Amino acid sequence: MRKLTVPISEVTIRELTVGEPVILSGVISTGRDAAHKYIIDNFVKTGGNPPEAERELYAKLQDILTEGVIYHCGPVVQQQNGTYSFVAAGPTTSIREEPYQADVIEHFTLRAVIGKGGMGTNTLQACQKVGAVYLHAIGGAASLIAQSVKEVLTVYKKDEFGVPEAFWVIRVEDFPAVVTMDSHGNSLHDKIKSQSNAKLAELIGS
Amino acid sequence: MQDLTENFVELIRRAATDLPADMQQALEKAKAQEESGSAAEGALDTILRNVEMARANATPICQDTGTPIFEIHYPLGVSPRQVTEQIRKACAVATERAYLRPNAVDSLSGKNSGDNTGIDYPTIHFHEWDEDAIQVDLLLKGGGCENVSTQYKLPDSGLGAGRDLDGVRKVVLDAVNKAQGLGCAPGVLGVAIGGDRGSSYVKSKQQLLRPLDDANPEPELADLEERLLEEGNQLGIGPMGFGGKTTLLGVKAGALHRLPASFFVSVAYMCWANRRAQMRVVGEEVTYA
Repeated sequence: MRKLTVPISEVTIRELTVGEPVILSGVISTGRDAAHKYIIDNFVKTGGNPPEAERELYAKLQDILTEGVIYHCGPVVQQQNGTYSFVAAGPTTSIREEPYQADVIEHFTLRAVIGKGGMGTNTLQACQKVGAVYLHAIGGAASLIAQSVKEVLTVYKKDEFGVPEAFWVIRVEDFPAVVTMDSHGNSLHDKIKSQSNAKLAELIGS
Repeated sequence: MQDLTENFVELIRRAATDLPADMQQALEKAKAQEESGSAAEGALDTILRNVEMARANATPICQDTGTPIFEIHYPLGVSPRQVTEQIRKACAVATERAYLRPNAVDSLSGKNSGDNTGIDYPTIHFHEWDEDAIQVDLLLKGGGCENVSTQYKLPDSGLGAGRDLDGVRKVVLDAVNKAQGLGCAPGVLGVAIGGDRGSSYVKSKQQLLRPLDDANPEPELADLEERLLEEGNQLGIGPMGFGGKTTLLGVKAGALHRLPASFFVSVAYMCWANRRAQMRVVGEEVTYA
């Protein structure tokens, strides 16, 4: 199985094709609805010139996300002696970020987005243009994925966005996923759907 | 009647942190059938390792611990009101112990109650019976698969589905195709034929409590279940929608009387994390299965 280590080079990403299982290691950030909207409003719409109060976080996120990975996940987090750990951390449905994802990929030169259920045409085009992939994690595998989160390095916007929506910066080891949208314009979701549509028509005789 | 609150907490713990043996076996069998090295096989392997870990650590199998649905059979003399109070208390305790994620949101204010109780939450259905025992079946129904559950009205001209069992077959296959991997396939289907819209949905969910290997006493429905399982898998959607041989692990169907004017077919899609557990109370003795 192919191992990916963050930061990931464009060359590596271009080698990946849909259907390929991978395991990912390195420092990534979670981010879902609130995080994506925040990135668009503060970084993308301002052309990389965020308001004063957000500049520090912008620099930090640039460090993590440039050639990096964002994970659509609202974790269950435990805090003991001032240290956070992930208890359950399965993927959430990605399509909700479709209005934002392409801009976020382009803005940071993201190399991968992890989630579940796949994404739409805009994201697929951004993957092709920038050199990025969509990685599908296993829905419901919350305990196992939490085990691959070795360390919670820090968290941003926890009080403002709440625990599930914050940017959790985590170090993962051997995080299992499957490439379902590659950087060559292929989506496994589209392919499976068109095959099953054809089979359905045959089975119901329409 | 004795206070069963702690027993209900234990029932919830068992449902949230472990899979029934028949589901585990079905997932293992599915993994063996998928092509070696395929994404489908990998997904099933991850699922099985996740179940093992959840069981060992008594942590939830999935972070979405779902809507708790209780189906209760009880003898004359047991008070449904008392049982309801104990179950609601047990849901709050189970949330405190992190067996359940706080999942009950006020639909008007958007506020999470924080303890898995609310208006008609959890769902509890009571059925009086002749046996001198209380039997409690619990299903934890996740949100992702609930969102792809659906209801059809026959005839459906778009699908060429008439008001007969072949029409039922066509709309159920359409539901599986529409769901793709979004219900966290491979799933189990509960199908209800007939009823009104409400009773039909309830019946479809009750089907999910049946063991995968039970035989439907109604031969026509037994045939339909078998055919739907086989044809659903021919769609090739596969685990998580990655493509593969296993799209469904089981299909369970039941029928209700209906109005002459209405012919509903309800499809309850259950994710691979088909978390059900049973508790029986006979006298003072409480057993779990």
